Amino acid sequence: MVPPVRHLLRAKDLADGYYFEPLTVSDLARAAGLSPAHFSREFRRAFGEAPHQYLLTRRLERAAALLRNTDRPVTEICFAVGLTSIGSFTTSFRRVYGLPPLAYRESFPPARRLIRIPLCMAQAYGRRENRTFREAGPTETSLTSAGTKEER
Amino acid sequence: MIKFANVQFWVHDHDAALAFYTRKLGWEVRADTTVEGWDFRWLVVGPPGQDEIGLVLMKIPGPPMLDEATSAQLAELVAKGVGGTLFLETDDCQASYDELSARGVEFNDPPTEQPYGIDTSFRDPSGNNVRLTQILEFSLDRGR
Repeated sequence: MVPPVRHLLRAKDLADGYYFEPLTVSDLARAAGLSPAHFSREFRRAFGEAPHQYLLTRRLERAAALLRNTDRPVTEICFAVGLTSIGSFTTSFRRVYGLPPLAYRESFPPARRLIRIPLCMAQAYGRRENRTFREAGPTETSLTSAGTKEER
Repeated sequence: MIKFANVQFWVHDHDAALAFYTRKLGWEVRADTTVEGWDFRWLVVGPPGQDEIGLVLMKIPGPPMLDEATSAQLAELVAKGVGGTLFLETDDCQASYDELSARGVEFNDPPTEQPYGIDTSFRDPSGNNVRLTQILEFSLDRGR
């Protein structure tokens, strides 16, 4: 018997795989085969955070990767990760990563921006929890990996 | 010299796993031995063309191997997708994606360009993660 949480994993996978689409919590609920209200409760119980928080922090994690790894403009990156408002992108990025997007990019010397690890690992370990308070300053761990660069 | 022989995934249901890896992925059965008295089945599958490495599909055991609570915890963890990842290579990610999709594999993400190549991923029925990568010469200009 496969535990029912397997269905919630489909919702998480949808957020991880299609964050760049205009996904909503309703879409995630549909992937899990649950009503939105029931889904949000169950997702939180299984994975420790609300589905909209998970989706947002996935999008921010991908935005952070694009800021580190590319020279694409912030506006373009915002839309590329499925977010639609530059203002709220900047606000939530700063709250979660401790710096506004451009300052975050500048805090990574080019040679240290890129680490060679598979995408799924970058997604799993690079994502940060959403924060409620703004107490935190820049805390990004320096991404060094013994002289290598870029993701693989 | 030490080499990989078999690697192992925990699965919830042998038959569902076997159907997935053979019918949908198109893999071969390398071993399928049931020890009646032990309620144990040694089930090994692998991709055609790579005979020397197999994937052991091991059913999550109950007592006396694992007590009920531990067995339930393990089953829950695997279904949550934290059982582990199998990293596979292909020489053509898009072609593999198309072929496996047509056979019913549901991918998590479309083939995506990365500096290290092109890759995509899917899960087996239990929730184990499988990453499928076409390795290309490393390039910072890819996947931007």
